[in-house]
Amino acid sequence: MLSAPAKTALRSSASASTSLNKGAVRALSTAAASQPATPAQDGQQKRGMATVQDAPPVHRERGLKDQDRIFTNLYGHHGADLKSAMKYGDWHKTKEMVLKGHEWIISEIKASGLRGRGGAGFPSGMKWSFMNPKGWEQGNTPRYLVVNADEGEPGTCKDREIMRKDPHKLIEGCLVAGRAMNCTAAYIYIRGEFYHEASVLQRAIQEAYQAGLIGKNACGSGYDFDVFLHRGMGAYVCGEETSLIESLEGKPGKPRLKPPFPAAVGVFGCPSTVANVETIAVAPTILRRGAGWFNSFGRERNAGTKLFCISGHVNNPTTVEEEMSIPLKELIDKHCGGVTGGWDNLKAVIPGGSSTPILPKNICDDQLMDFDALKDSQSGLGTAAVIVMDQSTDVVRAIARLSKFYHHESCGQCTPCREGSKWTEQIMHRFETGTARQREIDMMQELTKQVEGHTICALGEAFAWPIQGLIRHFRPELEARIQEHARTNGGEALAGGWQHDAGKKGMLISPGM
Amino acid sequence: MASKLAPWAFRSSARVLRTASRQQQRQFRVSAAPRSDTLNVHRDTPDNNLNIPFKFNAQNEKLIQEVLSRYPSQYKKAAVMPLLDLGQRQHGFTSISVMNEVARILEMPPMRVYEVATFYTMYNRNPVGRFHVQCCTTTPCQLKGSDGIMKAIEEQLGVHPGQTTEDKMFTFTEVECLGACVNAPMVQINDDYFEDLTPETTKSLLVALKEAAEKTGAGGMAPGLPGMSGQDEVSGPGGEGKQIPEQGRGYAAQGAKLPAPGPFSGRKTCEPSHGLTSLTDVKEWDPKLMRTDGELD
Repeated sequence: MLSAPAKTALRSSASASTSLNKGAVRALSTAAASQPATPAQDGQQKRGMATVQDAPPVHRERGLKDQDRIFTNLYGHHGADLKSAMKYGDWHKTKEMVLKGHEWIISEIKASGLRGRGGAGFPSGMKWSFMNPKGWEQGNTPRYLVVNADEGEPGTCKDREIMRKDPHKLIEGCLVAGRAMNCTAAYIYIRGEFYHEASVLQRAIQEAYQAGLIGKNACGSGYDFDVFLHRGMGAYVCGEETSLIESLEGKPGKPRLKPPFPAAVGVFGCPSTVANVETIAVAPTILRRGAGWFNSFGRERNAGTKLFCISGHVNNPTTVEEEMSIPLKELIDKHCGGVTGGWDNLKAVIPGGSSTPILPKNICDDQLMDFDALKDSQSGLGTAAVIVMDQSTDVVRAIARLSKFYHHESCGQCTPCREGSKWTEQIMHRFETGTARQREIDMMQELTKQVEGHTICALGEAFAWPIQGLIRHFRPELEARIQEHARTNGGEALAGGWQHDAGKKGMLISPGM
Repeated sequence: MASKLAPWAFRSSARVLRTASRQQQRQFRVSAAPRSDTLNVHRDTPDNNLNIPFKFNAQNEKLIQEVLSRYPSQYKKAAVMPLLDLGQRQHGFTSISVMNEVARILEMPPMRVYEVATFYTMYNRNPVGRFHVQCCTTTPCQLKGSDGIMKAIEEQLGVHPGQTTEDKMFTFTEVECLGACVNAPMVQINDDYFEDLTPETTKSLLVALKEAAEKTGAGGMAPGLPGMSGQDEVSGPGGEGKQIPEQGRGYAAQGAKLPAPGPFSGRKTCEPSHGLTSLTDVKEWDPKLMRTDGELD
């Protein structure tokens, strides 16, 4: 449960929002944020915080209703074929959406407040509008939408469920998003291990072609649009947009420097945009039901519903669609039957897939699950893959395993990541066994800070952040482990993991050791 | 003269003997040569060298034309990944001949193909057994006990990660996250995911696979079996739509019984195992849910 003061705060804000409509509450809260008694007197715009800190958490009596869930087939309620998909709402009025044109679609997506679901949370409407700069009509090259279905982040398994159960939502989304960006074709880059998902998706694409929903004169709207499937072959780094483009072009997936951004020079040298499966798949439903409907879920600037994958030490791990800004505790208790051994048995949570920093229990108690709330807790929503760890977990080992993962998956192109991922793996291994030295904790912090921001793609940050989170919240555990090792072995280990008496035993044979 | 040297020779010979008996070299402790999971260079072996010819069969030739049509004609090399995959499926692994043939078809320098084949982990550049058992050990699986699964596989097959069994039936690999974390722990065998495992079910799965291969007379080291997943999932009869079949229940053919891919815990896919907490009341699309501002009318 929430702590008592937080609860009262929640209640008061909830009662406020029942008496006023939501927009009014938002206006109130932003006015409260900008604070001064004489607001904007001199005509100057007052700047707020970059993230929302005071928007009231949403509190619905009975939670999100089933009819407001977008992915109705998440648990395999009906088939993945076209007929069933149409029965449950897909491809309804798609022609009208396409005929509305790119400006209308983009303005709707902007109004809905949809933020990219792949991890970075960039506003989708804005991203799509980059494809139509001034004078885009004069270009004569093809333009591509690339759907990033290379879902490799440990903890994340949401796109898989979309592709094997609701493939038509994705294909319809490709057409609509493709229309918004005036694309000629979409490539869906699916990770190679998802063979089953790729075959379901390929069949759905064929069904859509046969029914005339995509291809020449898609849906009878006069717009030509192709959808192609491309299977990856097992590389985590291909989930990064430029590396995905490289891979799609038939090269090793090594990220490119930006700029030029893909919207200018992307796949096959043409303008292209890379977007996550979930972002694309929710777009048609948003357009059908209206931006206001989507925007009514979640807090300000964190609108909509989201697929959460809860894995690890919970009673019933599951993937579930919930409203953004749902409290973490409610999410786990409601859908997963709670943490194994009860909430008090919780040790830590990784809230958004392996590359977001870990959060200890005291933060998790009243953590809201959205982009801004998690950013304020020095973590991130990422792909909303919640990895729960109970008291029996060896957190150091868990993070050390992630370091091994990143070492394995680093593409080796730029030095801070190639070397840094190896060093961090080695040091994390020493932390795990207690054979590190105390000062190595600070060294590690410095090392990760030096990697962060100095790599071509975000994989540098991805392996630096979990370690920084570990040091931030579990430093006593690291220290205790080192001291414990010193106590049982008669002395703190030497640099490099050597036992304290290694010199006497003649194991150190060169001056550097 | 001799009388002068004699005492010296007598004295020093003892010293020579003493030093000779002592060890002249300090011992270096040498750890194993550091290697990645697989060697990145090609080494000629009897089953992987330039003299083994490789040609795509007629069925794959057709598929290649289909694959090539997906990419712009001047970017033929974009098809390198699908083609290498086809080659791997036909030949059993991505041998040097497969790479060279792909390079010839796509008019690429062979080196560009080698670069791709060495970068991606799903290209097996060495022969693998009939069943390629890939156990995920990344954190979410680790939390749910992938250590036990690894141990069970090692015990059952008698090999360590990276090795193939004597009868060439199983190759065991430790892999990174396979993206089924809600269904952890899991293994991938060829193309199929087997999820929600316990050490016991893992062992019984491996036994069943081995029995099935023996009964159907399939030898080891054959071209990989095509996955059976996705064979009957969609294109159900009109209106109804076929349900995703119950998984983990069994699959019988030619007198051999195999567990079907999917979760082994009794649940169908990713739903909570103790009853649904959402989507209990899925209704057909109701046009009343449409936006009310009439923009799409």
